[in-house]
Amino acid sequence: MTSLTGFPRADGRKGIRNVVAVAYLVECAHHVARRIVERSGADDVHLIGFPGCYPNAYADRMMRALTTHPNVGAVLLVSLGCESFDRNGLAAQVAASGRPVHTLTIQEDGGTARTIASGLAWVQQARAELATQVRVPMRIDELVVGTTCGGSDGTSGITANPAVGRAFDRLGAAGAACIFEETGELVGCEHFMAARAARPDLGVAIVECVQKAARYYATLGQGSFAVGNAEGGLTTIEEKSLGAYAKSGAARIVGLLKPGDRPPTGGLYLLDVVPDGEPRFGFPNINDNAEIAEMMACGAHLTLFTTGRGSVVGSALAPVIKVCANPDTYRRLADDMDIDAGRLLEGRGTLDAIGTEILDLVMAVARGRETKSEALGHREFILTYKMFDALGPACLPSRA
Amino acid sequence: MENSDAGVVLLGPDDNCVVVIRALRAGDAVTIDGRGFRIDRALGIGHKLARRPIARGEQVLKYGAPIGRATGPIAPGEHIHLHNLASDYIATWQRA
Repeated sequence: MTSLTGFPRADGRKGIRNVVAVAYLVECAHHVARRIVERSGADDVHLIGFPGCYPNAYADRMMRALTTHPNVGAVLLVSLGCESFDRNGLAAQVAASGRPVHTLTIQEDGGTARTIASGLAWVQQARAELATQVRVPMRIDELVVGTTCGGSDGTSGITANPAVGRAFDRLGAAGAACIFEETGELVGCEHFMAARAARPDLGVAIVECVQKAARYYATLGQGSFAVGNAEGGLTTIEEKSLGAYAKSGAARIVGLLKPGDRPPTGGLYLLDVVPDGEPRFGFPNINDNAEIAEMMACGAHLTLFTTGRGSVVGSALAPVIKVCANPDTYRRLADDMDIDAGRLLEGRGTLDAIGTEILDLVMAVARGRETKSEALGHREFILTYKMFDALGPACLPSRA
Repeated sequence: MENSDAGVVLLGPDDNCVVVIRALRAGDAVTIDGRGFRIDRALGIGHKLARRPIARGEQVLKYGAPIGRATGPIAPGEHIHLHNLASDYIATWQRA
């Protein structure tokens, strides 16, 4: 594998992008923040935020993790003023991370138009500062890669997911941290997964986390299964799960994370995305970008996104690589797809060859090449209310 | 991928279903374990066909793992989907 480059951060991590994050701290500040991003006219100014007015420990932890994500070089916080979000605490943490940070409070800074003008001026100055920063060598064991699937069909589990699994096996062996998730879509795989755990107590924790997901979805009355999944030939949640599970490859599972936990070593991690406790705020992840946001909060530099039906989303902060499972979908949506894994079904390529193609693209994107979704301007982001308990003692490997 | 000329693929040696790997029209032929079948409906890539007779209540195996139980008898070559397969975990929600 060839060497990487990244932007060095004070905490020792490195970013594969150097973006200005503009973060609204309540929906009431969303419009102002969005206008600042739009009027900047720059591809490297990204919008994130939390819409709720009520305080929530999960949202606070997520926003702290995302505004200090390695791909973020500078942060503009946009507050209305009267919301509950701890904007001073967040700003202090971003400042302590060595990043330029500025807070605008619409109620104190003169309303919509004047706050947009102030924000634009600050963003332009921050971009000028970031433009002077240079990439330095980065090792593969400093890279964190996530994977998710969206718009799955019956091909996802045959082509794209196992191909990502091959790439994950090689990235993990080279020392990168690899994260797979969707515990609600691993219902039915819990015992296969537990057998791959690096330690018996971790295996028990994995089974419990999937059982929690099954209970949670049963209470809500619907599994993580969309109508389009059935149109694509999938019939049950456990069938969808088995296909999704193939993304994890064949390596040992070294740890179990919750959103915002950083993998302490390289290797393969499962991210538990289903809330703890009684179901409180609705579906665990209301769409695929909610899952990408949680992997980013764990430090994922980029996401390998497999799709059969043809999702077109990207993400703020971290590039998304689209691995298309279905050859018919690829022909329709080639402009949106980075990898044609469905060609396997037509005898054009092997899982190993497609795995290598994914790996090579991960390296190129980490060095700066734009993905299709980045070039098309996809910068989706969503963050909603959730509740998690702290990780149990069995979940993380000791730092090497 | 053996079987690719047959229009279907077998994912696990003990599976009782196969997966369609090219779009099929009603009346198209597929080959499962050397035996030819006519498909009675159009099927997209990713849909499943029975490889063996499957009894009501019997588990359907794909990737060598159970993906639910038959809600009625299924004949070899028959389409397996929402009409004859149900989850052992969480019922599948369908648009009316």
